Amino acid sequence: MNAAARLKLPPVVMPEQDPAERVHNVREVPFGFTPAMALQEAQRCLHCANQPCVEGCPVGVRIPDFIQAIESGDYLAGIGIIKQTNLLPAVCGRVCPQEDQCQESCMVGKAHRDVGQAVQIGQLERFLADWERENHAAVIPQIPPPSGKRVAVIGSGPAGLTVAGDLIKLGHAVTVFEALHMPGGVLGYGIPEFRLPKEVVYAEVAYLTRLGVDFQYNTIIGKSLTVDEVRRDYDAVFIGSGAGLPNFLGVPGESLLGVYSANEYLTRANLMHAYDENSDTPILRGQSVAVLGGGNVAMDSARTALRLGALRAMVIYRRSEEEMPARKEEYRHAVQEGVEFHFLQNPVEILGNREGWVTGLTVQKMQLGEPDASGRRRPLPIAGQTSNVPADVVVVAIGNNPNPLIPAALPSLQMNRHGGIITDEDTMETSVPGVFAGGDIVLGAATVILAMGQGRKAAHAIHALLTSTTETAKD
Amino acid sequence: MNTIRRREELGRNVIRYIVDAPLVATHRKPGQFVIIRVTDHGERIPLTIADANPEMGTISLIVQSVGKTTCEMAMLRPGNAIHDIVGPLGRPTHIQRFGAVLCVGGGIGTAPLYPIAKGMKEAHNRVITVLGARTHGLLILEDDMRNVSDELIVTTDDGSYGTKGLVTDAIRSLVNGGAHIDQAVVIGPPLMMKFTSLLTKELGVPTMASLNPIMIDGTGMCGGCRVTVGGEMKFTCVDGPEFDAHEVDWDSMIRRLGTYRTAEQGAAERYDHECRIGLDAGEAR
Ligand SMILES: Cc1cc2nc3c(=O)[nH]c(=O)nc-3n(C[C@H](O)[C@H](O)[C@H](O)COP(=O)(O)OP(=O)(O)OC[C@H]3O[C@@H](n4cnc5c(N)ncnc54)[C@H](O)[C@@H]3O)c2cc1C
Ligand SMILES: Cc1cc2nc3c(=O)[nH]c(=O)nc-3n(C[C@H](O)[C@H](O)[C@H](O)COP(=O)(O)OP(=O)(O)OC[C@H]3O[C@@H](n4cnc5c(N)ncnc54)[C@H](O)[C@@H]3O)c2cc1C
Ligand code: SF4
Ligand code: FES
Repeated sequence: MNAAARLKLPPVVMPEQDPAERVHNVREVPFGFTPAMALQEAQRCLHCANQPCVEGCPVGVRIPDFIQAIESGDYLAGIGIIKQTNLLPAVCGRVCPQEDQCQESCMVGKAHRDVGQAVQIGQLERFLADWERENHAAVIPQIPPPSGKRVAVIGSGPAGLTVAGDLIKLGHAVTVFEALHMPGGVLGYGIPEFRLPKEVVYAEVAYLTRLGVDFQYNTIIGKSLTVDEVRRDYDAVFIGSGAGLPNFLGVPGESLLGVYSANEYLTRANLMHAYDENSDTPILRGQSVAVLGGGNVAMDSARTALRLGALRAMVIYRRSEEEMPARKEEYRHAVQEGVEFHFLQNPVEILGNREGWVTGLTVQKMQLGEPDASGRRRPLPIAGQTSNVPADVVVVAIGNNPNPLIPAALPSLQMNRHGGIITDEDTMETSVPGVFAGGDIVLGAATVILAMGQGRKAAHAIHALLTSTTETAKD
Repeated sequence: MNTIRRREELGRNVIRYIVDAPLVATHRKPGQFVIIRVTDHGERIPLTIADANPEMGTISLIVQSVGKTTCEMAMLRPGNAIHDIVGPLGRPTHIQRFGAVLCVGGGIGTAPLYPIAKGMKEAHNRVITVLGARTHGLLILEDDMRNVSDELIVTTDDGSYGTKGLVTDAIRSLVNGGAHIDQAVVIGPPLMMKFTSLLTKELGVPTMASLNPIMIDGTGMCGGCRVTVGGEMKFTCVDGPEFDAHEVDWDSMIRRLGTYRTAEQGAAERYDHECRIGLDAGEAR
């Protein structure tokens, strides 16, 4: 097929659960491509010589090559190509903000002047990864003889899993310490089932276990074991402890009954299965749920509220639709499901009744001014324009900060102003020799793929450290 | 797996478990707690580490059966296991030589108070203990507390044992009798902590209270355990559990504890049948 013919092919429409039905269950929304659909979508790729999509991918997945493999029906080769640079394609295919990365740079989208027309790279990635999982086709690599070196990984989020996977394949012994009783970090407790089935996450962990990674749950480094003990027992340490410290607004009323951080709301629903009526973990099933924020976390909370039976789920965001950081697909899905969006509204107070239960909030109308440091137009209050929004559950989804547990336990770590660990850009080594860090604990709340990218860099540097002939002295 | 080594009824619906948790046993300090899940689909609940034996790798937990999870736990026998135990969590108690330390325990709060009183005694404080219970049958750890106290007073609401009255009455008469107190520690039901705290504030005695809000992760991730102390938001699991009692917004904390009252009753009722069997079996022993 020539380029002109390829350019004429319309994007394959992803089959999805009907919105009216899916708000009553927690099953995944998009069903995934069939092989025929994947082939048709793969045929839309122009195989550009300069590969702008690869540039756009934070870890440089060889996108046209894996798409070519789909076209020629060699799925095993295709998934192999992705996995050279991306350990968790089943996750990334589902949750990466492709429209800001590979798909934004895609020439097909550019030709149509619409990023929505770009090759659906994420869906193709998901297709291959699901094919591999469903067919038990994961290749167990040839692992070199044991190096005799031991690596401790703190946290089982995407950063930690990447480091563990890379280093076990190089022959090092790897132990992952996880504070919770389940693996995956935010992939497990935060991102809801209907967007990322936990089965997908646990399959990746099971694969690492098969390769020999030792997972120690219910183990908090800095509490169950001191950082010094870990440094003594292991040849290198990777900190991937994430950004699990929820921000609150600092407005009156945040202690009222029925006010949740998004982390608590989603953890109750996901990790503790509160969406199941028979779960021991309770959750307040509001009739009218107000979610404060505009990112993926806010979309996830509002859509979870609907699945918990809310009649009304509102997203209240202080900027406009354009500035919303959420993935486009999440926004689209939320709108389809009936989530209401209140833009340019800034919550200034949460209201309650005499018994201390939340009854609603007062919002201040905003307008957009000049761009701020983030490049987005700054929201400014319009004097005198406030109104009240009724709600019986309020979810605060305005972001998270780096988890302070490890920094508190290892005071010699150099930190930045935002509570993130300072690392060398290339090696991810911290100010403490032999201790590396990556993911949200370094970047602040960022993305899965950036966490994995940093994990990969760190694994590289740790391997170099462990195999260097001149043994680096440990202090 | 955290196998239960011993199980002992200390009072009505109060059970002491000695359970394997080697890392917790070797790392914990008085005042810290664990979060457990009894089964692999259970709720996560916080429990204070009442004592530990680092050589044996065991910790002791003293648990009052009040709802679904604690009742489920009551059915476990030695040889059974608690699915998950994570800890030690929270900051240890600030133990130093204060002089005379008043330890006030109410109900199940005596369990977390015991390691603190013991620590205070070991730090060469004069330890005066006041234990309160609704009735004699609910009083726990009297002998253990006596062993680490220079003076021990028991009050019961119904007068079935010790002096009739509330712990606040006993504290007032102690002070009226000329007792000098440099520091107080209070652990018990939130209302009892609130009123004790109001009294010690009036008496000008610095007071620590150990708070017991609802928790999930215990790592500072969810914010569910937030309380207001001195006008600031604090996360009990990482900033506490002990705070300056005179600075705690007790009313807000007490209200938040009631968030799931109806839901919990539902869970407990679904479970009630089995729970009774568990408790009866326990009592029959
Ligand atoms: C609700 C929600 C939705 C999101 N949606 C998206 C999305 O659609 N796309 C996207 O790209 N990104 C999304 N993100 C962001 C993304 O999930 C994170 O950037 C990513 O998970 C960071 O990975 P990490 O490995 O650095 O840390 P985390 O995933 O946070 O994992 C850290 C792990 O470390 C453990 N830990 C912490 N301290 C200790 C300790 N002392 N000892 C042992 N273990 C410890 C924690 O329990 C946790 O399991 C979302 C985030 C949230 C909260
Ligand atoms: C830091 C900390 C240490 C604790 N230490 C101990 C301990 O050593 N021994 C012990 O028996 N209990 C302790 N608790 C309380 C214990 O966690 C609760 O009793 C338990 O969560 C109840 O669970 P459940 O499912 O059995 O009851 P639920 O069905 O959840 O609740 C039953 C009743 O207990 C009340 N309740 C629920 N959660 C709490 C809570 N966190 N604190 C007080 N009341 C609650 C409910 O309002 C309800 O009336 C501690 C709590 C905290 C936060
Ligand atoms: S930019 Fe788009 S069309 Fe070009 S190679 Fe990448 S995916 Fe194919
Ligand atoms: S229990 Fe979740 S932050 Fe304290």
